[in-house]
Amino acid sequence: MIIATDAANASPRNSAPRRSLWAWIKNFLTYGANTDPGEPRVPFYRHTIFVRATHWLNAGVLLIMLMSGLQIFNATPALYWGKQSNFAHPLVAFLAYQNADGDVVKGETKIGGWRINTTGVLGASRVDGELQARAFPDWATLPGPQWLSMGRVWHFFFAWFFVLNGALFAFYAFSRGHIRDLAPGGRDFRNLPHDIIEHVKLHFPKGDAAKRYNALQKLAYFTVIFILGPLVVLTGLTMSPTMDSAFPILPWIFGGRQSARTIHFICAFSFLGFFIIHMIMVFLSGTWNNVRSMITGRYRIEPAGGAHE
Amino acid sequence: MSDASRRNLLRGLTIGAAGLTLSGCKSVSQTQWVQDVLYSAEGLTRRVQRLFAGGHALATEYTKADIAPFFRPNGSTNPPTKDYQKHAAEGFVNWRVVVDGLVEHPLSLSVADLRKLPSRTQITRHDCVEGWSCIGEWTGVPLRHVLAMAKPKESARYVVFYCADPMDDSNDDGTADSNFYYESHDLIEATHPQTLLAYQLNGQPLPIANGAPVRLRAERQLGYKQAKYVERLELVESFAHIGGGKGGYWEDQGYNWYGGI
Repeated sequence: MIIATDAANASPRNSAPRRSLWAWIKNFLTYGANTDPGEPRVPFYRHTIFVRATHWLNAGVLLIMLMSGLQIFNATPALYWGKQSNFAHPLVAFLAYQNADGDVVKGETKIGGWRINTTGVLGASRVDGELQARAFPDWATLPGPQWLSMGRVWHFFFAWFFVLNGALFAFYAFSRGHIRDLAPGGRDFRNLPHDIIEHVKLHFPKGDAAKRYNALQKLAYFTVIFILGPLVVLTGLTMSPTMDSAFPILPWIFGGRQSARTIHFICAFSFLGFFIIHMIMVFLSGTWNNVRSMITGRYRIEPAGGAHE
Repeated sequence: MSDASRRNLLRGLTIGAAGLTLSGCKSVSQTQWVQDVLYSAEGLTRRVQRLFAGGHALATEYTKADIAPFFRPNGSTNPPTKDYQKHAAEGFVNWRVVVDGLVEHPLSLSVADLRKLPSRTQITRHDCVEGWSCIGEWTGVPLRHVLAMAKPKESARYVVFYCADPMDDSNDDGTADSNFYYESHDLIEATHPQTLLAYQLNGQPLPIANGAPVRLRAERQLGYKQAKYVERLELVESFAHIGGGKGGYWEDQGYNWYGGI
């Protein structure tokens, strides 16, 4: 992992740790702000302030939405398909088993006909040391203990920020041409096999190619922002009986309110899946360079042609 | 500072932040100003949803084929009070639904009286706040007919529904009003064409588990807004003086008054 080599004027190693950390942060934040033309490592202004602000706001909001959503889910720890809940035949159910004394002793995840013992994590997990019936454990939900009303209040407050932030970003992307950076085109699809192979080899673009998103990035970002985002909002709204009366097409599109709830759940875990892959890719392709580009906007471009230090 | 020590420091910071976030979840949710801020979105949600749904957008009605074989009851399923058990033993012939408060003509209606009024039958989806849904066929008198008979005064803004099911085990004899289930709706929801005082489920007299002999159906709202075992409707200007002041039993426990989402 390259950390200190960014800094043109890195502090001597024997200086006090406090001062050195401060120097590192200062270098991190000011990297590329005052470089002279012709330097080998050219800083590239990668993300505009608007993209950076909406990105970080979304990151925080999404975490709250996921955790409060799991709190709400725990109130009915099963998923169904169709207009209503076919209680005898859930698609997925998280079950808790009690012994004769009424103590919860086992947690189970049931997917169709499969039953998996998931004691401690799914179905039953420990709250204050005691095994309790809950689909998702307390470290994954907001609030931690079972508290449906508060989970709903968190969820429906931050849902506004999720929607407004997403709408603002979409407006920006379309009005300022950023959509052209994100939308995959014919060339991207033709490059896809090549990009996949390069990714598997952990060869990431350098030089001018690093200034654009590659095909896999475009596909991932475009799908998450412009497909998963609207889908999670619409399936969420479909669960509101008042919105269904205003827009009966909503439950119709998704095959019913319970189907919409299931799709909403799948969307939430798709966001989580994207987040995990996103973290891995950020790490593999240069953690601090990537993080910096999302904080100050400045990204270090490795010269093409294999110039290594 | 070496790379190793820097890494350790950063790792420590990350874990610290994560630890703070996780252990703070409960106490953050219990902080008054946090609650005040979070609950403030309810009014916006209500106004925007009303903007789209208005007073008249109808909940989808389904077909007979969609009716669930068993309509899942929730909350109280058999009020244990002596009064209620006596009514149940009598077949609810002495049950009265009183309409009072800010009305020109207070009413006291038996189930037979309600059955004589114009009725509406609708197959609708019941959405529980817990997340599940169940479809049933409800028959009852549209509440707006009853309200038209009672003639609400100009100042009336809400209908408060008082129910016969006690929410506290120690109160089985039924003495203190505050321990009984209650709910409230504004006049937009109360006069909606599908809002019923329902006395039938799937063509049969309302089962006790589902709110016999009379329950509210408010089809654009979640289940907890649809009071069962309804004994009295009071028209009020404000519900701040009733129960915990939040407009309903579950609202007093922290659930949103607006139950359209």
